[in-house]
Amino acid sequence: MSTDIKFKKGLSIKLKGVAAKDVSTANRSKIFAINPSDFHGLQPKLSVKEGDKVNVGDPVFYAKNNDQIKFVSPVSGTINEIVRGAKRRLLSIKISADQKDTFVDFGSKTPMKLAAPQVKEALLESGCWPMIRQRPYDVIADPNDTPKSIFISAYATAPLAASYEVILEGKEKEFQAGIDALSKLTEGKVHLSVGTSDSFLGQVNNAVVSKVSGKHPAGNVGVQIARLDPINAGDRVWVVNPQDVASIGSMFLSGKYDAKRIIALTGSQVEGPQYYEITQGAQIADLVAGKLKSGKSRIISGNPLTGFAVSSEDSIGFYDNQISVIPEGDHYEFFGWVPFIGNHKFSMSRTFFSWLSPNKEYDLDTNLNGEERAFVVTGEMERVFPMDIYPMQLLKATMIQDIEKMENLGIYEVAPEDFALIDFVSTSKIEAQQIIREGLDLMIKEVG
Amino acid sequence: MNFFRKQLDKFKPHFDKGGKFEKYAPAFNGIDTFLFVPNHTTKHGAHIRDGVDLKRVMITVVIALLPALIFGMWNVGYMNMGDGHTFMDYFIFGAIRFLPMIIVSYGVGLGIEFAYAVFRGHDVNEGYLVTGLLIPMIMPIDFPLWMLAISVIFAVIVGKEAFGGTGMNILNPALVARAFALFSYAPFMSGNTVWVADSVADGVSGETVLGSLAAGTEVQYSTFDMFMGYIPGSVGETSVLMILIGAALLLFAGIASWRIMLSCLIGASLMGLLFNAIGSETNELLNFPWWQHLIAGGFAFGLVFMATDPVSAAQTTKGKWIYGFLIGIFAILIRVVNPTLPEGMMMAILLLNVFAPTIDHYVVESNVKRRKKRLQKVSA
Repeated sequence: MSTDIKFKKGLSIKLKGVAAKDVSTANRSKIFAINPSDFHGLQPKLSVKEGDKVNVGDPVFYAKNNDQIKFVSPVSGTINEIVRGAKRRLLSIKISADQKDTFVDFGSKTPMKLAAPQVKEALLESGCWPMIRQRPYDVIADPNDTPKSIFISAYATAPLAASYEVILEGKEKEFQAGIDALSKLTEGKVHLSVGTSDSFLGQVNNAVVSKVSGKHPAGNVGVQIARLDPINAGDRVWVVNPQDVASIGSMFLSGKYDAKRIIALTGSQVEGPQYYEITQGAQIADLVAGKLKSGKSRIISGNPLTGFAVSSEDSIGFYDNQISVIPEGDHYEFFGWVPFIGNHKFSMSRTFFSWLSPNKEYDLDTNLNGEERAFVVTGEMERVFPMDIYPMQLLKATMIQDIEKMENLGIYEVAPEDFALIDFVSTSKIEAQQIIREGLDLMIKEVG
Repeated sequence: MNFFRKQLDKFKPHFDKGGKFEKYAPAFNGIDTFLFVPNHTTKHGAHIRDGVDLKRVMITVVIALLPALIFGMWNVGYMNMGDGHTFMDYFIFGAIRFLPMIIVSYGVGLGIEFAYAVFRGHDVNEGYLVTGLLIPMIMPIDFPLWMLAISVIFAVIVGKEAFGGTGMNILNPALVARAFALFSYAPFMSGNTVWVADSVADGVSGETVLGSLAAGTEVQYSTFDMFMGYIPGSVGETSVLMILIGAALLLFAGIASWRIMLSCLIGASLMGLLFNAIGSETNELLNFPWWQHLIAGGFAFGLVFMATDPVSAAQTTKGKWIYGFLIGIFAILIRVVNPTLPEGMMMAILLLNVFAPTIDHYVVESNVKRRKKRLQKVSA
């Protein structure tokens, strides 16, 4: 049965460069990389050395504090280079890929016939475990926990977001198997939220389907959790990306680690934005080659609100299903602060005439459009933050590291991505996502 | 504009780290970023940002002040010279009297702001763009310039910088200036000789509406005069019509809080109605129709431009309702029952500025309690 949840607050930002619904297969990269930095707070321990041969599903490194959590190779090939940074910090493991993949066989299973420990074991062994993240803290889930519920949001509202209908087309069986497997891991429910109940996503078994509507961040799993099953101190809720659910299902059905991903190449700096099938860890250069417009641009793994700036030599982030390329905003603007002129910039305030054309698609660049200032304007954060939390007060408590206040004001319920729109609308150009990330790290250290 | 950019870029290296004038970088940047929105790009968090910034917000408020300012200057001339002159005569007379006040206010205030920025090594904040205009607009036109300068110094240093600068102050700095002036230079701030330029010399009666009421004399002005602003008073506050145009602009742009404005109107109306119901034979202010309270004195100006100051006002949505409502109540209460202060709006706003953090505290606490209850329900 499906329930409806509507969000009134928020802000949808329409950008140029939405991906057309065609899916092509990208050229196979020669080099694939797996980056420990994709997993926040992880301390990696290598299990390979340069020159080693690996198959798809062979572990490359694991978590130092819990060696059950493995990170496996997405391709078969040879470990080409282990890149380390300052203090020998492990940055990246590069694998030069074979022409054709060979797989480790984990044995095909039917999730519904397995008990919870067996499902967990299979997920850990096959390298699928890192796909499961927990709230609070927005880090990889601890396999020793039992979550009170598991949330999957198949409704994407972020700017230029990839559509899950396109990504999951033809993967009905795998998606259902993934849900089945996850449903074994919680004593509560698996919640799946969809934008429309027409597609197959609305018809799955073993999950509670909710129909979500509203502006961004309605699609953020965090605001859906807050509405359906809010997190209190001590609670654990797990979240999984829909594409990873299908990948988990595929592993159970075929016995092989499924590293194939569909990602959207989007943004105004892309010539003909559309979807591509790639393999996890593929180099961005191979994907964007010949597809970028001239001019300085910024490549972002993820969407322009929450993604990370990357170079074309980097690989696509583990959790990302989107590459956005937007113009770099390295320019001055003479008397650019004069209000009520022009509508080339987008603003929630009506100090531009952009409000006159609500459906216009904008070509926003990375200019900060001002300088960082103290908190002055009030009420704007609350307009884009659909949780029962006072965002400004929580940010202030986090900035002064007042743990008790942070707990009281709801730090357990939020993840950095929930503050992305606050980053965007803030007149004072506050780095809200960064403040919240540091706050969550402090909580991990102090409370755990 | 390319010329300006080139000139600025030429000087910039001297102010950068390691440059000759590194210490004065905040002052240079203050001018640079005033001329040009800087080329800063996003480093963390969201890669794209809303087009709005604090400069744009503050300038919008300044624009919203302009109708009242221009009318006020005209009115200075009109009040002094009486009927029978051209528009430009009045306006030029007003400008000659009022522009020096603006220059002193901005000159002294911005001077201190720049000095603080250099001294502390932080950027020049935009807050004073609005404060600097508000201060002369709420002072009597005959107020001596040196007193204005001292009021500005007090407001910026004690009212703002002592708390950490823009965004940190508890009280509205412009009202701090006015309160300081009122207590320090009372003869220049009240009575019937200060609100019209040279009123003593010309023998023009400079009685304000509220002043007449408090003194028990008859009000010489019609409601229409009060609404249009053909009355004595400080430059900003006389014309309700012009203030409403400014209010419309602020509300339309989404800058000032409509909740504060509305709840303040409701509070003042209720209080006025209550006093009208009580009535009095000795205190004319009790009999002053409640709706005329809303267009008399500094109420409208305070409501639109002072009560809504986001830094010193309550910051939570519920808090804003309470804050505005109480300002309305207290403004009328102080007006009516305090014989020494016929204008209550300033005192009401300053009083609620002080209580705003407490209001917010209880609003946020109620949220915390709700959250804790939820936790008990789950663990029970």
